[in-house]
Amino acid sequence: MGTNWAWFHRFGSPPHVYRLAGLLTPWFAWPAGLSIVAALYGGLVLAPPDYQQGEGFRIIYVHAPSAWLSVMIYSVMATAAGIGLIWRMKVAHAAAASCAGIGAWFTVVSLVTGMLWGKPMWGTYWVWDPRLTAQLVLLFLYLGYMGLRSGIDDLGRADRASAVLALVGVVNIPIIRYSVEWWNSIHQAPSVMKMEKPSMPMEMLVPLLLMFLGFTLYFAAVLLVRLRAEILRRERNASWLREALR
Amino acid sequence: MSDFFSMDGYGIFLWPCYLITFVAIVANVLIARRAHENARVEALRRIDHESAEEQA
Repeated sequence: MGTNWAWFHRFGSPPHVYRLAGLLTPWFAWPAGLSIVAALYGGLVLAPPDYQQGEGFRIIYVHAPSAWLSVMIYSVMATAAGIGLIWRMKVAHAAAASCAGIGAWFTVVSLVTGMLWGKPMWGTYWVWDPRLTAQLVLLFLYLGYMGLRSGIDDLGRADRASAVLALVGVVNIPIIRYSVEWWNSIHQAPSVMKMEKPSMPMEMLVPLLLMFLGFTLYFAAVLLVRLRAEILRRERNASWLREALR
Repeated sequence: MSDFFSMDGYGIFLWPCYLITFVAIVANVLIARRAHENARVEALRRIDHESAEEQA
């Protein structure tokens, strides 16, 4: 029991997290870069054209991983915000705040690449379809979260208020995930993230899985750098800053 | 080679998708690095300010 709490407190300690984040960043960044480059080659060169969508299906290699990141980052953000709220852990709030900007970027990427894929396949850039609408709501949640944070001067209040918003917005996550099953959506059903066997040949699937891996590792690396910035910004008059920065 | 870029006519939709994704990936690295660098400079300034006050 004692050791468990020691572990928990270490993870709540800004100097420890700052140092650890710095050490870990390259271990995520390099594998991320290698995975993405390999996935690009596999997806654009090695994978055969789709029997229905021809060469156009290759948009999946940037669209699906971006959409995955947008949802995954929100889940990480809400979890961190919840931990910050319940255990009053400042580092957790800092992590949540670091997620929002990255998540918003990749929500935009998923929406724009989705529109550019929709035009040739569905004949339109946009429809008010459940999946597309829920994804747009996700963007507004990110923007609302960031707007709320920047609108409150007191850091503690900004942390708590934005954490509540992040937690309320979690409702949207299962809606995005299951929208294509609950409603009659124009958006295609998942081809990888499902319980049964993925519905694509290996030459298509492996680059896609590699891209998911690469994007996830990339997010971890970027998050760690942003978290370090956020920790520095929050530490006031701490003697460890002297140690860490000299 | 031009076959590769035309992507059977889908190139005008496909390449912008790859471009915007690339921009997002690079931009987020730059944003994160700049945030860390700014926070570092700001923190150093804070420390110097403090030690100056301590000496005074």
